[in-house]
Amino acid sequence: MMRMMGRVMGRQSWTLSLCISGFLLSSGSVVSGQVAIKGRQVHTMEGAVIENGVVVIRDGKISAVGRADRVQIPAGFRVLEASVVTPGLIDAHSTVGFSGIFNHQHDQDQLERSAPVQPQLRAIDAYNPREKLIDWVRSFGVTTLHTGHAPGELISGQTMVVKTRGDTVSEAVMVEAMAVAATLSQSARKSKDKSPGSRGKMMAMLRAELIKAGEYLEKIENAEEDKKPSRDLKLESLGRVLRQEAPLMVTAYRAQDIASALRLGREFDLRLWLDGASESYLLIDEIKAAGVPVILHPTMMRSVREQENASFETAGILRAAGIPVTLQSGYESYVPKTRVVLFEAGIAAANGLGFEGALSVITIDAAQILGIGDRVGSLAVGKDGDVALYDGDPFEYTTHCIGVVIEGEIVYDGSR
Amino acid sequence: MKIVLTLGIAWVSICGTLYAQSQTHAFLNARIIPISGDDIERGTLLVRDGKIVAVGGSDGVDVPAEAVRVDARGKTIMPGLICTHSHLGGIGGADGSAPIQPDVRVYDSINVHDSGFKRAWAGGLTTLNIMPGSGHLLSGQTVYVKLRGGARQIEDFFLRDAEGRVMGGMKMANGTNSMRKSPFPGTRGKSAALVRERYIKAQEYRDKIVRADGDPEKMPERDIGLEGLVEVLEGTRVVHYHTHRHDDIMTILRLREEFGFRVVLHHVSEGWKVAEEIAKAGVPCSVILVDSPGGKLEAVNLVYKTGGVLERAGVQVAFHTDDWITDSRLFFRMPALAVRAGMSRAAGLRSVTLAGAEMLDLSDRIGSLEVGKDADFILLSGDPFSVYTKVLETWVEGEKVFDRSDAKDRLYAVGGYGAGADSEPYFCCFDDGEN
Repeated sequence: MMRMMGRVMGRQSWTLSLCISGFLLSSGSVVSGQVAIKGRQVHTMEGAVIENGVVVIRDGKISAVGRADRVQIPAGFRVLEASVVTPGLIDAHSTVGFSGIFNHQHDQDQLERSAPVQPQLRAIDAYNPREKLIDWVRSFGVTTLHTGHAPGELISGQTMVVKTRGDTVSEAVMVEAMAVAATLSQSARKSKDKSPGSRGKMMAMLRAELIKAGEYLEKIENAEEDKKPSRDLKLESLGRVLRQEAPLMVTAYRAQDIASALRLGREFDLRLWLDGASESYLLIDEIKAAGVPVILHPTMMRSVREQENASFETAGILRAAGIPVTLQSGYESYVPKTRVVLFEAGIAAANGLGFEGALSVITIDAAQILGIGDRVGSLAVGKDGDVALYDGDPFEYTTHCIGVVIEGEIVYDGSR
Repeated sequence: MKIVLTLGIAWVSICGTLYAQSQTHAFLNARIIPISGDDIERGTLLVRDGKIVAVGGSDGVDVPAEAVRVDARGKTIMPGLICTHSHLGGIGGADGSAPIQPDVRVYDSINVHDSGFKRAWAGGLTTLNIMPGSGHLLSGQTVYVKLRGGARQIEDFFLRDAEGRVMGGMKMANGTNSMRKSPFPGTRGKSAALVRERYIKAQEYRDKIVRADGDPEKMPERDIGLEGLVEVLEGTRVVHYHTHRHDDIMTILRLREEFGFRVVLHHVSEGWKVAEEIAKAGVPCSVILVDSPGGKLEAVNLVYKTGGVLERAGVQVAFHTDDWITDSRLFFRMPALAVRAGMSRAAGLRSVTLAGAEMLDLSDRIGSLEVGKDADFILLSGDPFSVYTKVLETWVEGEKVFDRSDAKDRLYAVGGYGAGADSEPYFCCFDDGEN
């Protein structure tokens, strides 16, 4: 069906509509086409699957969802159809837009190696909204990306949340400053006489930085006007972590490193996200007790080195234990340059997570963990009109994504 | 002569211990995908002494009284999968000393206990072409192995030809992987020149041997590298050529024309741009399909449709895991994603079985379920191209080597604590592996 509909609005005319909308709306969100999407199965993620359902999007927001015989499609709305309709998918941790397709120095902005602790690096200053891999992941139904500085340094920088569209970062951005990314794994270890050179030193450095940031906050709040410290971008960023305004996302794989992350979280009362976490199945009780969500490694991550004990079943195990869990495409240094979170969820679906569970972790669960559940993650009235259309079970290898809609705009027509 | 004889005896005794399965097994009521013929909705597979003795519809196969009967109702049986390009076993081929090293045999570096082989079984793989990396113009001799159970040394994995020779190909690569500072080439032109010079040497070496006509006085000094290249020139050793870009593919077709070697193109990311040329040359392709394009300039134009485009042009197409680039446990993903992008289902199924067998000169022994072929087969819980399907059992030469219902085997199939500790491959001169 989608293949037969009119041509998707070209980039040029789209840009035009963005300009107009930018003029009309100070928020920068986009006034878009009026669209209704009919599905043989509509997975709203807000209760039971709707058979023969319809989602109506007006001015970029969902204005109605329900059975086709009960929801009126307003006159003049473009109508799309698919066998399976889901919310636009959310990739809960990616480096797309930072780590470019060419893998040459000029398109690799995911990691700054000049110092081990650089929480001041803002994601918005490095995101390339015209990166080809954004279009690539979008063509599988991904509409929201939590992306930014990659794991690899003790503190690599900040992350952000974007929609997979827009020609400028301000058009793409949903959350400018999301998490601060920390790493407790081999990749943060330095060689020879540089720090951190050991696991113990990594923790010592993180603790020292957070203590310094605490003192900085204290001074700013309590010092007399003329004695206030001068601005320190690094400590400001860590201050947001200490105030729980930004989560500290700690990438760790081995159980011992996950335990260290939890220890750090307890000491400084942080809002912690565990990232990677391939041995998290060994610490179910501890993670649950800490109330920490897990942004689990790609299901198909190569199981080598620190990741050697990764399991296809971890997502299913964590979810069954009641731990908030979501999936990610992660960072890839070589080939493929990015994974696709839909595929990662598919393998998890087939290995204990099940269809509903797998769809949840890359839609509503991801939205809730990232704190953007008021806008995305499910098909509910008032939320953003972000929808993915498939010609069958989205997780099946042979199923096609036949359309993607972001805030009412058809951004992919299944032509790839 | 004496050496050959000793090897022969050793070979017979190894085969004797490894696949002495005199019991007859009958798998009943299965959906059978023989590859060589139409699917059988309800059929019987009969195996004995490591060979297939009967395959057909349930009505057409007589099951002997002594056979162990296995009810495979609801399950699918198809040939064991063949991976035409794998790096399992902690391989280490050519080192950093030179760009062309045909003297190096990859089988001198393989750890048969590597957990990667257990994962390969869990993915339904029974035969591999294990290769050194692609960081050289020529990184050494590859080895075709059968993943038999109970292997203690690489000899237990060997496949031998009619003369008892260990089967394998020659790994070559062009494009950027093999370009770096001297003595490696810095450009594509130099890459081809170095290769041509070496093959011309091999031609001269071969001609000297021919002229010597068995006279030891006139024989050239032995050169084990040139010996390997002579096998390539004579067509007994197939070249497995890593290549991505369309112009690099054309360079290989040109070299093949000049030296007359038999070649399989590997990866072939831009094969869709020169499908007609590849078809005209009659050269088979072993394709890789990864989740996204990019990661290196040469793979920026990688697309899922390559398999289908080549198929329609009339090219023989296989896929390969390139493990650890992709995971052997998930090999079915690749033909399935190719089918998603337009390849026929039949060619998709063939691409991981009989097509691979043909590329490795093994189609008389493996790749399909036919009477007289090796009893290498897998039991699946459902359709091979469904994400939800599991490999339940893997059999090699009549012996069950993987059983998902066994806790230890299952650990390797899904992963978990203790599943790791496999040896990493050695890829000369790369930081992040190879492709």
